[in-house]
Amino acid sequence: MERANIIQNPIQNPIQNVVRHVVRHVKQALVAAVWLSFLTLPIMVIRVDTVEKTVTWRWMHLAYMAVGSFVLALAWYAMMERRNKSQAKKELETVERVSALAGMLADPRITRPLMAFGLLVAVAFPWFFSLYQTNILVSALIYVVLGLGLNITVGLAGLLDLGYVAFYAVGAYTYALLNHHFHLGFWAVLPLGAVMGAFFGILLGFPVLRLRGDYLAIVTLGFGQIIRLVLENWSAFSYGPSGISNIDRPGLFGISYSVEQATTYMYYIMLALVLLTIFVTARLKDSRIGRAWLALREDEIACQAMGIDNTRAKLMAFSLGATLAALMGVVFAAKTTFINPASFTFMESAMILAIVVLGGMGSVLGVILGAFLLMLLPEYLRAFSEYRMLIFGATMVLIMVFRPEGLVRAKRKVYTINVEAAG
Amino acid sequence: MAQNPTGMNGQNAGQAVLSVRNVSMNFGGLRALSEVDVDVRQGEVVALIGPNGAGKTTFFNCITGIYTPSEGEITAYPKSGKPKRADGIRINGMRTNLVCELGMARTFQNIRLFPSMTALENVMIGRHCRTSTGILGAVLRGPGTRREEQEVVDKSFEMLTKVGLEKLANEYARNLPYGAQRRLEIARALATEPFLLLLDEPAAGMNPQETEELKQMVIRIREEFKVSVLLIEHDMKMVMSLSDRIYVMEYGRIISTGTPKEVSEDPQVIRAYLGEDSDA
Repeated sequence: MERANIIQNPIQNPIQNVVRHVVRHVKQALVAAVWLSFLTLPIMVIRVDTVEKTVTWRWMHLAYMAVGSFVLALAWYAMMERRNKSQAKKELETVERVSALAGMLADPRITRPLMAFGLLVAVAFPWFFSLYQTNILVSALIYVVLGLGLNITVGLAGLLDLGYVAFYAVGAYTYALLNHHFHLGFWAVLPLGAVMGAFFGILLGFPVLRLRGDYLAIVTLGFGQIIRLVLENWSAFSYGPSGISNIDRPGLFGISYSVEQATTYMYYIMLALVLLTIFVTARLKDSRIGRAWLALREDEIACQAMGIDNTRAKLMAFSLGATLAALMGVVFAAKTTFINPASFTFMESAMILAIVVLGGMGSVLGVILGAFLLMLLPEYLRAFSEYRMLIFGATMVLIMVFRPEGLVRAKRKVYTINVEAAG
Repeated sequence: MAQNPTGMNGQNAGQAVLSVRNVSMNFGGLRALSEVDVDVRQGEVVALIGPNGAGKTTFFNCITGIYTPSEGEITAYPKSGKPKRADGIRINGMRTNLVCELGMARTFQNIRLFPSMTALENVMIGRHCRTSTGILGAVLRGPGTRREEQEVVDKSFEMLTKVGLEKLANEYARNLPYGAQRRLEIARALATEPFLLLLDEPAAGMNPQETEELKQMVIRIREEFKVSVLLIEHDMKMVMSLSDRIYVMEYGRIISTGTPKEVSEDPQVIRAYLGEDSDA
């Protein structure tokens, strides 16, 4: 009995083990707290009044700092401990465990009614909520499509694109300029914008075919900046930083409508486009093309050695992502009726990328969740708007440490095979 | 007899499926391959052996289009398909995916699967170049696409069955045990319907029993798919019992070729493997 115990548990007993860990973490947290208090001493505690020529020592601040950092550090170590444990467990089991929630989400009997309910809520939304709410939701829906578009390039094909917003700008300016000069309507430009997006996607795709990883990220980042700088400085073409105003809203069989109705109309247009995008990406994901993208992401050399034309697959991913972005650009221009280059900064690209990474690369549901989270939370947490970027950054760091695969882990399709038919 | 039984023109016993003439590969000043001649005939199992760093994998990379050889001719003789030509096709520097489409599929020395795809999907990637669904087809999913997709699944599952992985079809490739990963690579290569299978150290890291199973599998596959095999391998027991002919490579040169028996008796091969006898 005792021998078995020794073999199973080299450290004397579990309670002692836990105590040892807790003591260690408390020690580590203490060190962190003392160190941080010391570091922030000059800015947090000492206050020099240059007018009165006095020095005030705010010792209470030191106490806040110490207690605060101690608690945070302790929480951090505890979470790290949990994470390491769960990882060790995962390595022991070769088959990954499926959480109860994920299991439920995989069951069509649960997901079907859930989806129907979601759609019902979405359709009824403008009738039950204010104009303000609807407007926010339209923006969120735009980012859902942008997220799903970037998800094709980054999540599925693994091509890190940091200049995605450039395609968004291409769409927006396509509509704005065509509307301004030729009075072309929204519905006429929507397909044109998509074509322009695809064209620019291929245009960027060609020179970067041979690049991957960091190099690709840098080039796409540059591309995004170039487009914005051109729009900002080529005033004769794009009217520079002052932008283009009085862009027409989408037409509705020649019927004129009020601003309120315009928002509702816009909402339904976006809802339709979101559904279309979800449909397209979901179908592509488990198709021949989607698999090729995935293989490209996983191992470029093996992918090509197995007969996949890397060039084609990359260009397809780039141009399809760009098409969706350009479509959204057209919608954005029609929604705000005014655009200027300030709407297409690198921050936008970073935001869309954050949506994809936070939501879960390659997962359609994850990206939708990520878009709603990142777009709606700042709207409803206006009280904390000063700390928005701080909270945003901290959240991203935490997600990367504790859930690197994103909120929803991308799942591959499970095939059921009729063994008798397959022989 | 042991010296160069080459110089054939595809009219000898089996018809040639791959003929490599005078191929050299230079990396800057380094000559990794030097005037290499290799032939593989229909239905043959040919082994390429040699000490580490002899240039075997470089040779594979030249054949599969990852490198373009500095000199020489590599000619493939596809048995069917669109580019069917009796006089063969020069494949020097041809794009890797086209080489595969032509019918020469390889595995890798350090396993290169797609880890976050399932075993079945890994094999389905092999079917890519034999199918044609485009973006539009994939989105609309008409009857043609659905039929093709079903065919891809069925064929891929059949390949998995051939290598004994049918029970692990929906398992992620990264979760498979080592031996299974090696076999999955072979299944993936087979799914491209090759006429020549290029195996780069398939038995590396396997225990004797797994190696024996692998050997039986290769024999079975050759019979069933009428495929020729060119393999790089260090496991001499497997090489000697499996191959029809062997090429021995050292410092980028072919130093000996012939049947396993001829090669194993060749003093040059013994010298290459065991070192120079200082008394001699």
